[in-house]
Amino acid sequence: MRELIKMVVVLTVLAAFSGGLLAGLRNGTAAQIEKQQLEFVKGPAIKKILEGASNDPISDRFKISDGNMQRSFFVGKFDGKANTVAFESFGKGFAGEVGLMVGVNLETDKIVGIAVTTHSETPGLGAMAKDDPGFTAQFKGFSITKPIKVTNDGGQVNAISGATITSRAVCAAATDAENIYQKLKPQLSEKIKEFNK
Amino acid sequence: MAKTITQEFTKGLWAEIPPFRLVLGLCPVLGVTTTMENGIGMGLATTFVLLCSNILVSALRNIIPPKVRIACFIIIIATFVIVVELVMQAYTYPLFLRLGLFIPLIVVNCIVLGRAEAFASKNGLLPSMADGLGIGIGFTLSLAALGAIREIFGTGTFFGASVFGASYQPFTFMIQAPGAFVCLGLMLCIMNLFEK
Repeated sequence: MRELIKMVVVLTVLAAFSGGLLAGLRNGTAAQIEKQQLEFVKGPAIKKILEGASNDPISDRFKISDGNMQRSFFVGKFDGKANTVAFESFGKGFAGEVGLMVGVNLETDKIVGIAVTTHSETPGLGAMAKDDPGFTAQFKGFSITKPIKVTNDGGQVNAISGATITSRAVCAAATDAENIYQKLKPQLSEKIKEFNK
Repeated sequence: MAKTITQEFTKGLWAEIPPFRLVLGLCPVLGVTTTMENGIGMGLATTFVLLCSNILVSALRNIIPPKVRIACFIIIIATFVIVVELVMQAYTYPLFLRLGLFIPLIVVNCIVLGRAEAFASKNGLLPSMADGLGIGIGFTLSLAALGAIREIFGTGTFFGASVFGASYQPFTFMIQAPGAFVCLGLMLCIMNLFEK
């Protein structure tokens, strides 16, 4: 009986101590982690897509709830007018999800640029989707009305050689972004007016 | 025969160097050593967990009831792994992105649990610290060596800097899983030759 109590007490105390420590640490690092994510993952991608914007898209951001999740949108101002938004979508790659930042012009309904954010694809092959600007440049100017596919699947995007699955994932993410954009366009147009005041 | 602290420390560097001598903890060894930087990052993370868990397990070894010791060890190890994960996320975010899944997997790394069970739970504080640090540094060195070889041949770079110039055609086999096994096998072979 004594042994049983001791086991329970030791485990409980250990687990409680561990939980408390981690909760504290998590609170302490949360702000820093979000900053790092913006700086290292989304930041460079957003800057690449909204190149030449007169504002800072990372600070000019807003959130819209889509179903039960919150999506962040980053606003780009061109020629003094806020008319472009960048947001993130995901596609299933060779090794987990591929995150994609997609920039869409609200006036023309065309993609202004895309950039890969997070991925765990094979270095030298799938990772080229992030490193090779030629691949993502193909998406520029696509209209958001039709699904994007690689040439093998009857689409218009040349896949990265040796990385068809990753290329498909990027296309799927871009297509998903189109759907999100179409679904949320009314709210987006509403929100973006605030940045034009 | 009581070993000295120095001996406990140095055994991790050669006689019991984890991936090569004990052939333990192969999952991260094969998974993250695509570049030297990844290898070192993973090695240091594991060293931290190993050192802290060894200290705590050794300090609590008379309090932890033998019947639930594994559960206690796992709580201790998991706590330190999450500490590493959060700190990495907050301060070395790019490295965290590359190591990704392998950081939480340190919890089930058999080197860490193995040292807690086989060494720290039976020895005093100082030898346990020396043991954890030694094994950890040995693990880091092995990962760094494997990472360096695979990075040099697989992508033609060393620590991100180009080695062979732009004309080098990367031997991509080396940075994929089979290349990892071949590399590890060759290194085991070389180490065994040295021993003879």
